[in-house]
Amino acid sequence: MKRRVVITGVGAVTPLGIGARTLHERWAAGQCGIVDGVGACSDFDPSDFLSVKEARRLDRFSQLALVAAAEALEQAGWAAEPPYDPLRVGCVIATGIGGIHTIESQHDVLRERGPKMLSPLGIPQFMPNAAAAAVTMKYRLRGQSYGVVSACSSGAHAVGCALRMIQYGDADAAVAGGSEAALTVFGMGSFTSMQALSPTGISRPFDARRDGFIMGEGAGVLVLEEESAARRRGARILGEVAGYGSTSDAYHLTAPEPHGEPAARAIELALRDAGVEPEQLHYVNAHGTSTQLNDAAETAALKRALGEEQARRIPVSSTKSSIGHLLGAAGAVEAVATVETLRTRVIAPTLGYEVPDPELDLDFVPGEARPLIVTNGHPPTAISNSFAFGGHNVTLVLRGADAELLPDADAELLPDADVREEPGESRGEGGPAR
Amino acid sequence: MPAVTTEQVESRVVEALTSFGADPEQISRESTFEELDIDSLDLVELAQIVEDEYGVVLKGEDMKELQTVGDAVDLIVSRAEA
Repeated sequence: MKRRVVITGVGAVTPLGIGARTLHERWAAGQCGIVDGVGACSDFDPSDFLSVKEARRLDRFSQLALVAAAEALEQAGWAAEPPYDPLRVGCVIATGIGGIHTIESQHDVLRERGPKMLSPLGIPQFMPNAAAAAVTMKYRLRGQSYGVVSACSSGAHAVGCALRMIQYGDADAAVAGGSEAALTVFGMGSFTSMQALSPTGISRPFDARRDGFIMGEGAGVLVLEEESAARRRGARILGEVAGYGSTSDAYHLTAPEPHGEPAARAIELALRDAGVEPEQLHYVNAHGTSTQLNDAAETAALKRALGEEQARRIPVSSTKSSIGHLLGAAGAVEAVATVETLRTRVIAPTLGYEVPDPELDLDFVPGEARPLIVTNGHPPTAISNSFAFGGHNVTLVLRGADAELLPDADAELLPDADVREEPGESRGEGGPAR
Repeated sequence: MPAVTTEQVESRVVEALTSFGADPEQISRESTFEELDIDSLDLVELAQIVEDEYGVVLKGEDMKELQTVGDAVDLIVSRAEA
């Protein structure tokens, strides 16, 4: 039998602030972290969390990852050392680009002062595995660790790799996540040249007026543990990584395969991996970038994989409407947002979605947050999609913990407080969590 | 090359080590790099600063011998005078 993998901690640093809970609460409240067309982590000051020595040896993308990891590990109840044999704990932290702040500043040094003045800290800061290395060193994780690189699917691939590592038996626990800090002149200029970014500076996934994505930065980290080991140590279980599926378009450098066929296969593979039928899904956390092509192909993929009827039934919303596109961090941050959605039983809306595109006819959760209704007696279950430049497709199936394990599921996030007063009914037979 | 005093070098070295994250309160001539949590990567950076500012080239084998802040300061001053 396949080993089950549960989630015992989540952490995030996003344009909405520090914290996984902050991310979901503010998004559900309709707040947007995008300012002047950019999703920067303006609240993040490395000196609040890191010593001078730590901070100066880490590129911003690794700093963000360490802070998200600290939150996730604290929630999991891990102290300075893991509650397992350190050799049995893995770490996979993804990035799309790596330490581009360092690359750019060192390139300036090269041009202005010559190669002899390049910093010995350059390589260890900009290597794409630097964040994974930093997390292992800080928390003394000695199982296998590495970075994963697949552009905007990186963070989801990291969670998938960590899931398989535990399922296969190579590890009993793993810290998995993604991080990105590419809001530099070079990073933004390059995306601008591709005409990938929104010229109006608005992220409105699935809306007819969508015109490109908004670049963001941040990190998301999840602590994964083999279920029986987690239960033995009395860990508080937030949810489960129930399934993982991944395919490639093999179609175009940047454009998605327009019929969503390979993307649909990733969704199908993930559902099969989890043993979940479309009828059992309560929510889709979409990749939803706000580009014409992605949102159309993703809609097609959802219909193809779930069937038209189920695709229309299941609420679909995009975290990118609130924080922009966090590139290599996106998949991990959105997995964290999905865990919070399942934990709180509150589905945050696709912000800015006002003008439906006649071709995209799913329930994109316009306007306000709504309760996640558990109608079929199953634990709340969702998929989170990630699709990338290069044609990398990943779907994660995430399951929320049983309601009785969730004393703090929070109906206060909902705009309509009356929902709480309706006993059970409005929130389905799974019952309200409080 | 202008003459370099021990005091000047000492103060520049302390400034560099502080910027690397060492606690300035802890830094003295006798403190070891190990105590200050200054590692080989930091010493390469220190060598770059020294070469840039005093024209003194410190190679890997020179750095390996250095145990204390005083060792480094004395080496730099003696090379600068040579």
